[in-house]
Amino acid sequence: MTHLVHPVSKGICSQYDADRLESEQRRTFLRNSALFTGAALTASAFSAAPASAAKLAVSQSNKEMGREIEPEAYGMPSKFESHVKRRRTDVLKNKQHWSDWSMTPIHQQPGIVTPNGLFYERHHAGTPDINPDEHALVIHGMVKQPLKFSMNDLMRYRAVSNFNFMECSGNTLTDWQQAKATTVQQSHGLLSCAQWTGVPVSTLLDEAGLDPAAKWVLFEGADGSAHARSVPIEKCMTDTVLAYAMNGEMLRPENGYPLRAFMPGWEGNVCVKWLRRIKVSDKPWHLRSETARYTDPMPDGKWRQFSMIMECKSVITRPSGGMMLQGPGTYEIEGFAWSGNGSVKAVDVTTDGGVTWHQADLEGPVLDRCLTRFRHTWEWKGGPAKIASRAVDSTNYVQPTVADIAKQRFTSGFVQHHNGIFPWSVSENGEVKNAIA
Amino acid sequence: MQSLKRTATAALALCASLSVAGGALAGNYGTPVTEADVAAWDIDISTPTGEGLPEGQGTVAEGAKIFAEKCVACHGENAAGGDMYGSMVGGIGSMTEPKRKLTPGSMYPYASILFDYMRRTMPMTEPQSLTNNEVYALSAYIYSLNGLVPAEATVSAETLKAIKMPNRDGFMVDDRPDVVSTRCMNNCPPLEPILKK
Repeated sequence: MTHLVHPVSKGICSQYDADRLESEQRRTFLRNSALFTGAALTASAFSAAPASAAKLAVSQSNKEMGREIEPEAYGMPSKFESHVKRRRTDVLKNKQHWSDWSMTPIHQQPGIVTPNGLFYERHHAGTPDINPDEHALVIHGMVKQPLKFSMNDLMRYRAVSNFNFMECSGNTLTDWQQAKATTVQQSHGLLSCAQWTGVPVSTLLDEAGLDPAAKWVLFEGADGSAHARSVPIEKCMTDTVLAYAMNGEMLRPENGYPLRAFMPGWEGNVCVKWLRRIKVSDKPWHLRSETARYTDPMPDGKWRQFSMIMECKSVITRPSGGMMLQGPGTYEIEGFAWSGNGSVKAVDVTTDGGVTWHQADLEGPVLDRCLTRFRHTWEWKGGPAKIASRAVDSTNYVQPTVADIAKQRFTSGFVQHHNGIFPWSVSENGEVKNAIA
Repeated sequence: MQSLKRTATAALALCASLSVAGGALAGNYGTPVTEADVAAWDIDISTPTGEGLPEGQGTVAEGAKIFAEKCVACHGENAAGGDMYGSMVGGIGSMTEPKRKLTPGSMYPYASILFDYMRRTMPMTEPQSLTNNEVYALSAYIYSLNGLVPAEATVSAETLKAIKMPNRDGFMVDDRPDVVSTRCMNNCPPLEPILKK
């Protein structure tokens, strides 16, 4: 598990020290570098550093030529950022890695856009490598004229581009009743955000001509699981996009190349990847993926079905599990808030375990159904603390506690749609831990 | 991607021609196909009615034989759980217990769900390789292990449609928001875990 406890960039300065075995020299560097993040340090936090810095030497990089521009290349992150990776879960371990998932290091993501190489993955039969010249999309069923589209056909339509988060319905599911995750990557890393570009599916459904009785639409993938979901026609006709690009480049294979459905605010598994077929009907299909999976256990033995909206949620990403506060002082608490029902209206932060809440600052842009970053400055006096965030969305829905959710739903087992307030404890020595239980 | 360069060129040419012609610019670029053209892809089953179930049939005994060849490595003897996955047998009646046991027998509201799922995705190493008769036989075997068809059963579309699944009425439509919280700012109740220590 130690490989997951790397919340702090080795290359970029931070207040939060993850590596408890590191040298005193590095600690000094981190303390000093905190000044460059704009956070003021108290005298006590700074006292271990020299009163006046040593004279600065001219760096070697100032005294030589850098790397030559390559004739052509796809640029990669700095070698000093090589620890920033998405990772398979090692909290709920799968025995094979085709129907599995990998999680975004959201504590290492500045801003609101997740780089494509760090966008979370969830597949049911691994990642296919599909040649776009051979890929086709078919629309059929209750339409006047069934149609087939090549990728080149699809790219001729007027496209839209929108920034939206995507979250797996299973995000945080290991941590309802017990603290299983160590880091926020493990607890909340089935969450990412991108600018999605593609064709509104309504354009294509209009072209095919919907039967007036059409009510539900099947989206099916070209992967080895032929993953499929039933989607209400209203969602298709309002904002569903058939995306071929994310963040300014074609989709990555693991995110559906060359074509996927994208439904803003809805759970990731309805945003069918490697999309090959759309079928229109007057009723839902009730497939395994919408009965035995992706449903929510309710009291009295019942299951809630077709619960696709991801409700308002937030989490503190820094400091978060596995990090270490470097002594009493001023700290910038930051994290993400999002809602599948609209935009984030406010985020409150507590540092005393929920007794007192302070409204945090939202960092712009604040967009509809998009990750929104919040910040709150905290004076840590050095004693034990419990910190958490609580989001409110544009419908005035207030992010609930897990205890409040448990009053309405069954929370034992493989339970989806955990949007509860997620506390982290801070120990006297600055160690940050999962405090959900 | 060469094909996308071609698209860009084509799109530019299109813009030029339209700007000359003027008028509405919405293009229709789909190619008409027939349902017959799509038949090989058209594998979904509307599971409440069984609409889409193909011709064919299979027995429990045939299913047991196919299971031993293609499924047992991951799902275990008698589908009781193996190296990769948990049990596919039992759990009927467990929905109101503290630990619900989820199997095709206990969980699926409609019997055709098993056919649809196996045909589109199993075996994991070679999906869409089973014949319809093999999928019927495996459905017979799994449902027989769950006590939902007799050991000597032959299963077809009509048989699957006729099985009344125990969890048939176990589902409710999404009625969220179901949790209403207040935005308390001061003197609020402290955050408590679900399970009290």
